[in-house]
Amino acid sequence: MARSHERRPVWVGVVTFVALATAWYALTTLTHTIGSGRFPSPAETWDALRQITLTGYADARLAEHVLHSVKLVLLGFAAAAIVGVPLGLAMGASRAFEAFVNPAFLLIRPIPPLAWIPLAIVWLGLGDAAKVLIIWFAAFVPALINSYSGVRAIEPYLIEASRMLGVQRTMYAREVMIPGALPMIFTGLRLSLQACWTTLVAGELIGAIAGLGHVLYQASLDIFPAMIVVGMAAVAITGAVMTMALGWVERRAMPWRRG
Amino acid sequence: MSATVASRELPFARWLALTTTGFVAFFGVWWAVAMSGLVLPQFLPTPLAVLEKFVSLTQAPFVGYTLQRHLASSFGRFALGFGLAVAIGVPLGLLMGWFRTLDAVVTPLFDALRFVAPIAWVPFAALWFGTGIGGPVLIIFSGAFPPCLINAYRGARYVEPRFLEAAQTLGASHWQIITEVLLPASVPSIVAGLRIGAGLGWQSLVGAELIVASSGIGYLLVKGQASISTAIVMSGMIAIGIVGFAIDALLRRVERQINRRRGL
Repeated sequence: MARSHERRPVWVGVVTFVALATAWYALTTLTHTIGSGRFPSPAETWDALRQITLTGYADARLAEHVLHSVKLVLLGFAAAAIVGVPLGLAMGASRAFEAFVNPAFLLIRPIPPLAWIPLAIVWLGLGDAAKVLIIWFAAFVPALINSYSGVRAIEPYLIEASRMLGVQRTMYAREVMIPGALPMIFTGLRLSLQACWTTLVAGELIGAIAGLGHVLYQASLDIFPAMIVVGMAAVAITGAVMTMALGWVERRAMPWRRG
Repeated sequence: MSATVASRELPFARWLALTTTGFVAFFGVWWAVAMSGLVLPQFLPTPLAVLEKFVSLTQAPFVGYTLQRHLASSFGRFALGFGLAVAIGVPLGLLMGWFRTLDAVVTPLFDALRFVAPIAWVPFAALWFGTGIGGPVLIIFSGAFPPCLINAYRGARYVEPRFLEAAQTLGASHWQIITEVLLPASVPSIVAGLRIGAGLGWQSLVGAELIVASSGIGYLLVKGQASISTAIVMSGMIAIGIVGFAIDALLRRVERQINRRRGL
């Protein structure tokens, strides 16, 4: 972003959070303006956090719910990347292949990942298989599109130079096409990962036996606002950590882009 | 020899042949699997059966309404949530692009909240609004708001400094700078943000209606799922796809026209 030379003062942000926390405490605990049936007080939230981490809630402890959700996301994400990236690269490399695959892809693409959830439940029930299927759908489209665009965005002079040098297909793919498309591939994977996470949470909210979405569902059934806040925070933090982890992989995979 | 590295444009006839084959292959495989008897028609109806279901849903009501009525009620919620996101997100983004203090106050909050997936608001939406219209609107809003705000903000921050300096030298007020310099200069970025926001909002709506609603296209999907009718679920998915595609196509057109008028 353009504002790197002109950084936002950090203290203002800190003051904001302190002010917000104070307001939260005041409105819920001191004045009771916001009833605990609507939004929990800090103390209730802390208790809910202790409950889910120590004794568990919705049949498992927080760490187990997180692990369950993350495992499913990684499984579906990996499956989608394994299929989507090569398919996108192939579509980018061959116009004929693109013309053949595009119709099916165009028909599937406008359907949002969340809309696959009921179909996945009809086909595979409420278990993990249905979740992996919808995560796969969520990640597949961005993974494919960006790999495809990555290949198409390779500078023509690189293609011409390699052609002039008589580079053959496998070498071209390894030395020019894949490294050239890699930045876009990673953009796609980042979008995929975010879509996966949202979709999984939605899938678990609709029907599941474990996972963070299930915690949210159970908390909303029990009218337990404090646990809802804990669940939402867990969803946000887990999503952020996964995105950062992918960013780390990205920097590792493309050392030439550093700095 | 086909081992050359670069891909070239296909001749039109070949492209048409391949595309047609692609279509035929897609529906052919679907149809073949459905007819093979390996899967019950309840789980995988033929493409024709889905089409018939789609048509019959537009005529006979399912769970209270016809398909068009479900779509209309979904679209009403979408318009409300998306409208709110635009009405708050765009002005706030522009203001944040101009007033540094506001930027410093809002950005950390916004960054923290942004990681909460829109769908994770569903429990609170249900708690605060029941099955009323407020719940889906809140969720659409949380899906569509971030791109509206971010793009307005970026648009305002990337305005050429000399325009701002010129405006300031000429004695423009804050209000004038925002409405007459920042806003017009950010329009392309804002419109791009609206397109992303509309897409995310529409997706979030579908998710919300799967969980908290008693009408709408997402509700139709859930009820189709409950009655184990793949044909109904697929009809709903097709309708969702068409509307989503139409919204995107419309905004894409607006975007192109604005860019053309600006000579981009």
